[in-house]
Amino acid sequence: MITRSVGPNRRRNDIVWNMVAWLVLILLALPAFWIILTAFRPNIEINTFPPVWIPRRLTLEAYANMFGLNPDVQQRVAVEAYLRNSLLASGISTIIAVSLGTLAGYAFARFRFRFHTTLFLGIMLSRAVPGVALSLPLFLLFNRVGLTNNVLGLAFVYVAVNIPFTAWLMDGFFRQIPTELTESAYIDGCGHWSAFWRIELPLSLPGLATAAIFAFLAAWNEFQIVSVLARNNAAKTFPPGLFAFTEQFTVDWRGMAAMSVIMMVPAVIFVILVQRNLVSGLTFGAVKG
Amino acid sequence: MAANSNSPLGKGAATRPVEVSRIEAGFFPFALILPAAILILLVVGFPLLYSLFVSFTPYELLKPNSLNFTTARALRNYQKLLNDGIFWRSLLNTIVFLAVTVNLSYVISMALSQLLSRVTVGQSLLRTLLMVPMMFAPILVGMQFRWFFNANVGLVNNFLITVGLIQEQGQIAWLVDVPLGMITIIIASIWMNIPVMTIILLAGTLSLPTETFEAAEVDGASGWQKFRFITFPLLAPFSYIALTIMSLDIARAFDIVRIMTDGGPARRTEMLWTYITRLAIEDTKFGLGSAMSWITVFLSVLFTLYFFRQLVKARIVR
Repeated sequence: MITRSVGPNRRRNDIVWNMVAWLVLILLALPAFWIILTAFRPNIEINTFPPVWIPRRLTLEAYANMFGLNPDVQQRVAVEAYLRNSLLASGISTIIAVSLGTLAGYAFARFRFRFHTTLFLGIMLSRAVPGVALSLPLFLLFNRVGLTNNVLGLAFVYVAVNIPFTAWLMDGFFRQIPTELTESAYIDGCGHWSAFWRIELPLSLPGLATAAIFAFLAAWNEFQIVSVLARNNAAKTFPPGLFAFTEQFTVDWRGMAAMSVIMMVPAVIFVILVQRNLVSGLTFGAVKG
Repeated sequence: MAANSNSPLGKGAATRPVEVSRIEAGFFPFALILPAAILILLVVGFPLLYSLFVSFTPYELLKPNSLNFTTARALRNYQKLLNDGIFWRSLLNTIVFLAVTVNLSYVISMALSQLLSRVTVGQSLLRTLLMVPMMFAPILVGMQFRWFFNANVGLVNNFLITVGLIQEQGQIAWLVDVPLGMITIIIASIWMNIPVMTIILLAGTLSLPTETFEAAEVDGASGWQKFRFITFPLLAPFSYIALTIMSLDIARAFDIVRIMTDGGPARRTEMLWTYITRLAIEDTKFGLGSAMSWITVFLSVLFTLYFFRQLVKARIVR
């Protein structure tokens, strides 16, 4: 931190800085809180004019409607299917992507070999391909082998999409682990694989958790590829589900907000769990190596 | 990871000086990378090559026989695009959108990181607030802002009426107007980009050596001078990390445009990504759509490559 001498001027400045920072960040986060609040308000308060800013009462109606507990609501969206598909596609792809990405990240962090930079760059650049561009050939190819409308096909795609960023994060985390332990293990006759498996991998577990949550969220939030590959509820996940909702019930803002809140749950857990590790993983690429 | 008591960001947050030494291990590292590389080649590499092939054919999904390659007509799709006014319009829109969004996201995140580095009360709570937009899927960001900027029931118009800035009859048609439609999309994208960029720049700022600042203070440097001549140049590697990560994800803006305006009204917010969807998915012209895909792939890769190269150049040598 920047150290500063304490004087009346400095103290006044500090108070101003703090107040400005709090104000700006509350404004930044406000839209999110408005969405969450809307999910639990009665419809009449949401669509009325002049607007009701302070809620007078909260209700779970939106969720009753969504999960079919309200007999008056005939048409509804297939939230259960979206939830199942999202969990399957994100879960399966995360496990595989993190395993393979960790191996690759370890190779880049610890070893010197030919084409080191080229390979790293190649893997990273595969991530820069826009989902829209990738979705067209994937649709044509998957159509031939019967993988469209298939959650496993989707998970397969997400594995490849998630590997590059996992490898980048794990490269950063492995480079923060001091090499002394591994070096002494080598002296004791330990092979490369057992040094990785017994020493480095356990030490990198916090980083691994961060990478896993990152991969899970990337798959959970993905829209472009799934909206082309999944044409029906057998494979549609939450993002195309939410899109379908906005098309079908154009003015049911509360319903959309309620669905959004369900979509946000994994992300909220993520923010709580990985705040700290996230930063060190992201910024370690700033150090030459 | 070594504990680092100086950094409020916690364990080893970009502050620990590390000597990275790599060892030779023959084929072993290649074996580690192989599975990842095979999967990427299978799911990204091969489909992209296939899409390049399709882009040289007049393929339309509903006419299976149209998937045939003839040398004479190979470049037909690309010629069509070059003569297509809407293509140029969507390219221009995309460039304007990217230029404004990337620059403004960076400037705002930089300002925010400097502001946050001076906060003394409730640091960790503030950082949680900062991460709130990260909890939103891009499609959700789009939905949220579509609602906020809705002319009749939107938060923004309601607020402007409540504080008396506009009349009840004078509601602003944010999403329909030119250039307001584009501006609302840009606002939504910036909101989405701010957290990750700010977090990286903040971590960088907090890791800077304090001695330099003390020396500058002794010399009587102003706050702006300290930022301009010390903080900003020293943050270069962090800036390029932030920009590289953002460039990887820049096409996420598609989700926002799709749900907010879907390129409308009258193509005023049409971008390359939405136009591909319209050509290939809605009009089933996969040949033409693939040609356009290749143009976006090319642009995205160039964009990322540029920032990555800058990052490599600017890396800290310790």
